[in-house]
Amino acid sequence: MLQRLGSEALGYLQRAGRMGCFLFACLVSIVRPPYKFRPIIRQIHFVGSRSMFVILFTGSFTGMVLALQGYYTLRQFGSEGLLGSAVALSLIRELGPVVAALMVVGRAGSAICAEIGIMRNTEQIDALECMAIDPYKYLMAPKFVAGVVAMPLLTAIFDVAGILGGYLVGVSLLGVNAGAYFQQMYSSVVWNDVEMGLVKSLVFGLLIIWICAVKGYYLHLEKSGGFGAEGVSRTTTDAVVLSSVSILVWDYLISAIML
Amino acid sequence: MSETKQNIAIELVDVERSFGQQKVLNKINLAVREGTTTVIVGPSGQGKSVVLKHMLGLLQPDRGRVLVYGKDLARMRKSELKAVRQDFGVLFQNVALFDSLNIFDNVALPLRERTQAGEDEIRDNVREKLALMDLDGVEEKFPAQLSGGMKKRVGLARALVMKPRIVFFDEPTTGLDVSKSNEIYRLFFKTQARLKYTAVIVSHDVPKIFKLADYVALIHEGQILGNIPPEQFQLSDNPVIRAFVEETMGPIYSSEREERFFYEKV
Ligand SMILES: Nc1ncnc2c1ncn2[C@@H]1O[C@H](COP(=O)(O)OP(=O)(O)O)[C@@H](O)[C@H]1O
Ligand SMILES: [Mg+2]
Repeated sequence: MLQRLGSEALGYLQRAGRMGCFLFACLVSIVRPPYKFRPIIRQIHFVGSRSMFVILFTGSFTGMVLALQGYYTLRQFGSEGLLGSAVALSLIRELGPVVAALMVVGRAGSAICAEIGIMRNTEQIDALECMAIDPYKYLMAPKFVAGVVAMPLLTAIFDVAGILGGYLVGVSLLGVNAGAYFQQMYSSVVWNDVEMGLVKSLVFGLLIIWICAVKGYYLHLEKSGGFGAEGVSRTTTDAVVLSSVSILVWDYLISAIML
Repeated sequence: MSETKQNIAIELVDVERSFGQQKVLNKINLAVREGTTTVIVGPSGQGKSVVLKHMLGLLQPDRGRVLVYGKDLARMRKSELKAVRQDFGVLFQNVALFDSLNIFDNVALPLRERTQAGEDEIRDNVREKLALMDLDGVEEKFPAQLSGGMKKRVGLARALVMKPRIVFFDEPTTGLDVSKSNEIYRLFFKTQARLKYTAVIVSHDVPKIFKLADYVALIHEGQILGNIPPEQFQLSDNPVIRAFVEETMGPIYSSEREERFFYEKV
């Protein structure tokens, strides 16, 4: 019993160490020349542009539902005028970064994990190494850069879409004063709020790529066996769950630190 | 023969390796001499690919050492290992083409990532290698759209595109038809004469592969037997080697016509 616990703990430590080393190697490979921009652009296109539609869509609906719920709550206190600031603050500080990140996990994170996992499974990563091509530099660095660049932009787009969605419901449907909606927003949103959203989105971007890439990269060391199509699908599911959970945990931590 | 240390390219010393309970390599000793072709033969599942992966530094031995030009792969830093691998050309048993790149980009990848060559130079080089492998007109295709034999030849083109000093071919002709595999052998012969690389070839294609081999090693129950010239190998009085030779060559050897055909080709 004690022995099992011990080996379990050692296994965790080993995995944590492996993940740490992986992140370190990736970050080092980003700053080491030569710099190639085309793969980075391609990854930004994949992680960013192609997530745009889903971000716009979920963003506007999140804003709409916030306005709806907020309106009925605020009306009880007779302060519907605060709707604009309530919607904007919730979006910029919390929901924007979190929901956008969850969308990116589902769209890009899972794809990254599966892609790298299949490359591991079919010895393509071994082939890269044998050709003296650094898999960190070639495969990982563009993805990390893309994640960190795209995530804040997607979050900003999400926030704007949400605020407009909130406007649509709050002002056009429920009849809140349009001037009040934006006036309250201007006066209550301060730089700190934007900064918190920005920090969160940067951290989430890194976290998503890190977890999804490392899971795929070490597919062959998975305890449950990373073999074949099933191994890839199981590992991808794990990666998605783990990234989503980490996003929520880090969301709390960052909020607690920055508030 | 008393070989000096310098002209041994790769040396395995008492290499042991297990996967779980299964001991695949049990004190393997093998020296690959520079500029020669060493062929590793043996039945499936005996660990030929595992031996190759140790030479490539993809697997580490549990015990023993793998020396490439006298340096232990396991003790190298990452940058040193990378430098050693710059001289390698590798064909994996399953080929391992990059399945999201087309054929042209697959072969061009080492040139793009490791040299400063311009696109024109790369294009000429890649086209030349593809033509050499009789692969005109597939540049735009993806690996999944090719037959097994074509993939093998793309893999060979990729392995040779950087002018390696040591090549590792894991079953280069398995799954090819007779004429295609003769073609490949002739190509090895030509490219080796020109590039003077050291070759380690894993093959089932006995006895044809013997024409190409300077040394033949048999892997049997986790040990290397032989590593001797093919003529000696065929006449060896080691009972295991003799059994292997008789089993694999008996019926084929009686066909004189095929022999002559092959000589002409090479
Ligand atoms: N990564 C691995 N994990 C577990 N067992 C392996 C692995 N690679 C090879 N083996 C085992 O080692 C033995 C030799 O495999 P291999 O070298 O591929 O044989 P072959 O001589 O046909 O190339 C096989 O029994 C195989 O099951
Ligand atoms: Mg094999």
